This record gives sequence, C-alpha cells and structure tokens, in this order.
Amino acid sequence: MAVPAAGVAIATGAISLDHARAEAARLGPVVGFLAAVLVLAHFCDVEGLFQACGAWMARWARGRPVRLLTAVFALASAITAVLSLDATIVLLTPVVFATAARTGVRPKPHVYACTHLSNTASLLLPVSNLTNLLAFAASGLSFTRFAALMALPWLVAIGAEYLVFRRFFARDLTAAAPGAEDTGPAPGLPLFALVTVGCTLAGFVVASVFGVEPAWVAAAGALVLAGRALVRRKATPLTVVRAAAPAFLAFVLALGIVVRAVVDNGLSDVLGRALPGGTGLPALLGIAALAAVLANLINNLPAVLVLLPLAAPAGAGAVLAVLLGVNIGPNLTYAGSLATLLWRRIVHQHEHGVDLGEFTRLGLLAVPSSLAVAVVALWGSLQVL
Amino acid sequence: MRVIAWLVEGTWPACVDAVRAHAPDDAEVVLLHVTGPDVPGVAHGAFAGLLGRGHPERDPGTRLEALGGRSAAGILDAAAERLGRPCAREERAGRVEREVVAAAEGADLLVLARDGDRSRLGPRSLGPAARFTVDHAPCPVLLVWPEAAPGLATIPPPPHHPPHHPPHHP
Repeated sequence: MAVPAAGVAIATGAISLDHARAEAARLGPVVGFLAAVLVLAHFCDVEGLFQACGAWMARWARGRPVRLLTAVFALASAITAVLSLDATIVLLTPVVFATAARTGVRPKPHVYACTHLSNTASLLLPVSNLTNLLAFAASGLSFTRFAALMALPWLVAIGAEYLVFRRFFARDLTAAAPGAEDTGPAPGLPLFALVTVGCTLAGFVVASVFGVEPAWVAAAGALVLAGRALVRRKATPLTVVRAAAPAFLAFVLALGIVVRAVVDNGLSDVLGRALPGGTGLPALLGIAALAAVLANLINNLPAVLVLLPLAAPAGAGAVLAVLLGVNIGPNLTYAGSLATLLWRRIVHQHEHGVDLGEFTRLGLLAVPSSLAVAVVALWGSLQVL
Repeated sequence: MRVIAWLVEGTWPACVDAVRAHAPDDAEVVLLHVTGPDVPGVAHGAFAGLLGRGHPERDPGTRLEALGGRSAAGILDAAAERLGRPCAREERAGRVEREVVAAAEGADLLVLARDGDRSRLGPRSLGPAARFTVDHAPCPVLLVWPEAAPGLATIPPPPHHPPHHPPHHP
C-alpha cells in the first residue's frame, strides 16, 4: 500500500528524488536496526525464553491474581524495553494468557496489561520501539544518554499504569480458584538466550562510548542466536529472513518517503504553528499531548515521522517529549489509532470483538495519568542530567 | 429437573459445591462455560497496531482463541470431577451474560457465583455480567458466594432519618 504510494509521490514530483533518496538513506540504518531486533526476539522465543517466562510467572504468582499482575508488569516491561514491543505483543501475550488460564486466574487484566505495557514500557531504550529508533537517529543522543534520560519517565509511567490497573480490574483481581495452584514444571533456564541478550545490551553501551552505530551490535546479537538455531537445525535461512519481516521494512521506508512528501507540501507549516516551542515543562506537556493526539489519529509511526523534523531543532528534550506522546498515546484507541481501525476494518473482521467502551475507559484513565507523570519525570531528568 | 451451573474462572468451585448441596439427586445437571470475545479481541487489536509486522498466522489473538478453548475444556473437566455425578457440559462463545441467559431458557434452576466486590455485603458484590444475568434470568436463580460470605457488619449503617437541618438563626 505504502510502496506504490511512495512511487506515486516520487513520480508526480510531490517529493524530489533527492529528498526521497535522503529520506531512504536516513531510514536505512533504522530499518536494519529494526530487522536485527525482530530476529533477536524471534530466536529468544526459539530458545524457550518466553516459555520460561510463563513458568516463572506461574511459580511466583502461585494462583494469586495480584501477584500474577505484578509479575506480568515486571516481565512485560523488561521484555518490551529490551526486545521491543513486538516481542511483548506477539510472543509474551499468549504465554501470559496460558499462564493465567492454567493457574485459575481470570486472564483479562493480564492480557490488557501486556497490550498497555507494550506501549508504555517501550520508552526506555532506542531498541524498545520503532518510534524510538527513528527519534534516536534524529535526536543526536548517545545510546546511554537516551536510556538515562528515559529511565525515570519509563518507571513512573509503568507505576501509574500499575495503579490504574489495580483499581480498574479490582473485581477480576479478587477472583482466584482455591487450590488451582498448578505451577507447572520447574522452568529450564534459557541461558544462551539470556547471555546473548545481556551481551547485546552491554555492547550497546560500549558501542556508544566508541561512537559505533548500535545497529551493528543488534545485528551481531541477532546473528549469534540465528546462527545457533541454524547450526542446530531449528531454523532455515528462510525463517531467519521471515523473522526480519522484510515486507514491513519496505513499508517503513516507503512510509517515510510518503510522509516526507506530505510534510514538504504544507503539513509542516500547520503543525509547526501548533507545536509549542522551547523545552520548559508546559512546552514539553504540550508537545507530548499533541503527539499523543496525532498518534491516535494516524498511528504513531507516521506521527513520529511528521513531528520529528519539527521537534528536532528545539533539542533532545522536545524529541523525547514527542516519544512519550507517540508511545503512551496509542493505549487510548483500540488497534493503536483510528486510521488502523478504519483501514483494516477490524470491527467488521471481528464482529463480536472487544468491548470498545471498556477499552476506551481504561485508556482514558491510564493514558493521561501515565503521560503526565512521564513528562514531569522527563523534565526533571533533563534538569538533573 | 434441569439445573444449569454457570462456571467462571476463579469462582467455579463454589457453584459446583452449591449444585452438590442443593440439586436433587435425579436432577439433570448442565455445566456451562461461556468464553467472551474481549480478551482475544484485545490481542487482535494490539497486533493490528503493529501495522503488518509479523505474519497473520502469528496473530496472538488467534492463539488466545485456541488457548481459551482448551482452558474452558479444562475448567469443565475439573468441575465434572468435583461434582462426582453424571452431568452434561456446554461450551458457548459470545457475549457472556446474554449467552448465559439464553442457555438458562427452560431450565428449572440457574446456579451462579457473585463476581463483584466480595469484601462486603451489598449490590456491588455483583459485577455487570452477574447483574445482567440475575436481572434477566428466565428461571429461578441460586446466587452463591464464591468464598465465605462477609459478616453483617459490612453493611453500612442506615442513613439518619429524617435528614438533619441546622436551625436557622436570623
């Protein structure tokens, strides 16, 4: 869809070939980085990391819903931060559901927690979310400084979500079948995956000291895990390529070119007037709120592509405020944005789908509260660090 | 006599025990579980938000639907074992409270558990699904506490009557 649109934009002169080429060159490393993280997460699953997560959660929770929710918050936050939100949605959510069902706990709060944290907990590292990778390239921050500035907003946003969830799902969280404490077999430790991911994280820090592009570190980690799976015949070269989602990578490149064409043709003037200048607390709050609204209208990926060039001149603080908005904001809308909802016509695909009223009520409580405390925390971090 | 026991994750043992205690020995017992669409729906939505990353067969919502079916079967198995007498099993999918009411049509007794705030006696001890079912059930209803009922002291004191108006001083 986006690829032909990009072709049309270039062919009709809506974007000059130079601009399109510059945009593709800018997005190239980002897309490579994303591919590496997707492969890394996929092969962590092959190594059994997510099954082990399920066993850990079951043993820690012992059939008690509140303890399970705490465990889900801890694991989903860590997995989203390190292996990206895709891993939490695609790989962790089914494990969480199965764990809840197996231990006699109502799965609803825990599955909702996975989807919310896949957004809210994706603030910490550049690898946590594709939006972060895009902003990271534009912000000029080092990997470690990005993480240091985002650590406090990440923590307080998750804390706010946790409080909202405890209250919103209080009824479901009191129901536990007595005696349904099937904690399952003792989990095997997927040591190789854990060590590889740990080394990859350490590699990000070292690489940022020496000014090496962190995408190379992610690629190395992905190659180690994929290589091991290939050698052990748990994967074929085709599954490695499929794990990297090549069609989506092309989509991101094309989307970047389309958005650039739209921005070049007047959108930047309109949004530039709406976007608050400076990096004081009111300006940061305004930027984050605008980004959240835009993300809910047109999805956070195009939203971040549109807002980055406008926010970048005001400095790293403004860029990170955009990220808070586009990462936390999508919890407000089912499927992340109205555009996605209409485009994929999910309502028709799943006629008896989710209770949109409940989903939106939860979002209306969780998004403003976690976004507000996260922006204040970011402002504080910018003052101190 | 046809007795329907609506079983929900977390609270179903109390319903089974109520059937054992109150249903006549010759009653036809049906264990009912309804799977709601909302939990897989949330996962479908989150996957759609990824804008096509990953292939449709990896949609976690689909995996949740399959897991949910297995989980429901597990609950019905465990409940049948706890009941310890012949019974029928019925699995339904759809809007939970409406499916329960539909399943109760023509029954002589519907057994269900409170699903709200169970720390005190009162209307809030029923969540939306149980409230709808109790209000719309086309048959007699046996409403049980999933665990020991809270004490009478959890009822708030009656409001002062008549309302106190401060004397008017000019």
